[in-house]
Amino acid sequence: MSVQTWTFVIVGLSFALYLYIAYRSRASSTSEFYVSGSTVHPVHNGMATAADWMSAASFISMAGLISFMGRDGGVYLMGWTGGYVLLALLLAPYLRKFGKFTVPNFVGDRYYSQTARLVAVVCALGVSFVYVAGQMRGVGIVFSRFLEVPVDVGVIIGTGVVFFYAVLGGMKGITYTQVAQYCVLIFAYMVPAIFIALMMTGNPFPQLGFGGTLSDGGGVHLLDKLDGLSTDLGFAAYTTGVRPVIDVAAITLALMVGTAGLPHVIVRFYTVRTVKAARSSAFWALLFIAILYTTAPAIAAFARTNLLETVKDAPYAEAPGWFKNWEKTGLIKYEDKNADGLIQYYNDKNTDPDFLARASAAGWQGNELVIDRDIIVLANPEIARLPNWVVGLVAAGALAAALSTAAGLLLVISTAFAHDFVKCAVKKDISEKGELLCARFAAGGAVIIAAYFGINPPGFVGEVVAFAFGLAAASLFPAIIMGVFQKRMNREGAVAGMIVGIVFTAGYIVWFKFIHPELNTPAKWWFGISPEGIGSLGMVLNVVVAQLVSRFTPAPPAEVQEIVERIRYPRA
Amino acid sequence: MTTPEKLRAYWRANLRILAVLLGIWAFVSFGCSIFFADYLDQFRIGGFKLGFWMAHQGSMYVFVLLIVVYVWLMNRLDKKHDVHEE
Repeated sequence: MSVQTWTFVIVGLSFALYLYIAYRSRASSTSEFYVSGSTVHPVHNGMATAADWMSAASFISMAGLISFMGRDGGVYLMGWTGGYVLLALLLAPYLRKFGKFTVPNFVGDRYYSQTARLVAVVCALGVSFVYVAGQMRGVGIVFSRFLEVPVDVGVIIGTGVVFFYAVLGGMKGITYTQVAQYCVLIFAYMVPAIFIALMMTGNPFPQLGFGGTLSDGGGVHLLDKLDGLSTDLGFAAYTTGVRPVIDVAAITLALMVGTAGLPHVIVRFYTVRTVKAARSSAFWALLFIAILYTTAPAIAAFARTNLLETVKDAPYAEAPGWFKNWEKTGLIKYEDKNADGLIQYYNDKNTDPDFLARASAAGWQGNELVIDRDIIVLANPEIARLPNWVVGLVAAGALAAALSTAAGLLLVISTAFAHDFVKCAVKKDISEKGELLCARFAAGGAVIIAAYFGINPPGFVGEVVAFAFGLAAASLFPAIIMGVFQKRMNREGAVAGMIVGIVFTAGYIVWFKFIHPELNTPAKWWFGISPEGIGSLGMVLNVVVAQLVSRFTPAPPAEVQEIVERIRYPRA
Repeated sequence: MTTPEKLRAYWRANLRILAVLLGIWAFVSFGCSIFFADYLDQFRIGGFKLGFWMAHQGSMYVFVLLIVVYVWLMNRLDKKHDVHEE
């Protein structure tokens, strides 16, 4: 059977499964809709959290980014998993004990202030919308390549499915659907990785295989070979760092703290019954996440080696099928600059005189191949000539990752709107039925906006995602941490801190990314920190401002100090 | 019944556990994988340079272990100070 038929079959079956589960476990009350009535087992909750949290970015883009960045790509691995440690140790148990549904709810109650609640609502909505837009682009890429339908049709199919199970099912439906989606996505990620690890290094564990020797019998380590291939083509050696160390550290910190501040992940810890269960959920979730995250760098190294070997001075006319297929989507571009019919893929920005001499002696006249990083994982099974069903499976896995995250985000958007905005700020006497209806309407509206972004993706998804992490890092995370760990922190300090953090971070990113992109160079950055990493500085500012302001303003009322005291102890 | 003094002792012990675990967290991620990565690259485990391995594999294994240890320590601490849930 062809790739397309396999894709239809596997994707169709997986969608049918998700819809069936959503139908079987649909929500009937607001508490089931928001947090599934707190009856989910920690292992299931861990799987659901993992699926919720691993987005199209983790599944589709991450290994590709790493394969182009080498060691520096570790910022994504450490940033996203390291943030999880913060979440598990500093947030999950306390927010579970607090026992309300949403992040704005905590911020609003802890800081006894509608202003704080509204600032948190705005942050939660902003972060979530940016994320949904990213998921929808992922869905679009998968559909356009594998189903060979127009991207628009693909996005509409995807949003239809998400709408059905997020809007009707609520958290309960989503949780069990996400358990199924985790199983699909991890299977789809591991199968090609294990195949390729066996083929290239003879080791079935990708995590070990990419440190092993190549199975061609020469006894050369895969990574040494890859370093050699990279430097031959004028790139930096794969296993060395290129970016300034301070910037790598700032980006890692911003991603860690941003991850811990993501509202759709935090809300997961309300769906278990006890503080003890919240802690063990966090463990299961990180374990399930780590299976994929430790495989990603192996895939990155395998794919990079395969890619460089396949295209290096290869005749364009004999390029393999996957190359031609992806060219059709515009995500691979080839231009024969020196008209020799061969593909020259190399780093034409390299200024090393030896390399330049070698390039001109070989008659190279500039890099001829542009490869979109987002296609590496999707094209990987084809590059390694795996059977067609594996390709279909990867498509289904990518969709599972995108849809599960989109559903979790839509839920945050609808609860933030219905519960924190309408119920707490606009119409306090709304009935439970009315609130549920309101939440479903908000989710419906959010789906339509998300579909719009999927069909007309903002050309700058990468920048916008950096924006989301920066904002979450500079606003929500410090406010929650200080709320738990510092009894003296008051309304004035928290609000001032959040506002300064957001304005500073947003200002820095907008300045360098949108107003003066030509100034976006390490020499112009403050302290050598790029816009991607500036959220970490925003966070520091937030904390400093909050400390100063709270010193000179009244302490929080006794009943709020009482709340802080109570959330610190599992039973008290 | 737990007294306020016992609760304060529980909270101090909790903060100590957090400080130690987060210290390790910062050491493996920012220390071994970023600031000292170039230095560690002179050592090898199989085909991996050590600094590269920490950044792409080792730090994540440590993160999972940190949460395991945290769950275990906190469950024990809850029982010791009699604040565990039924």
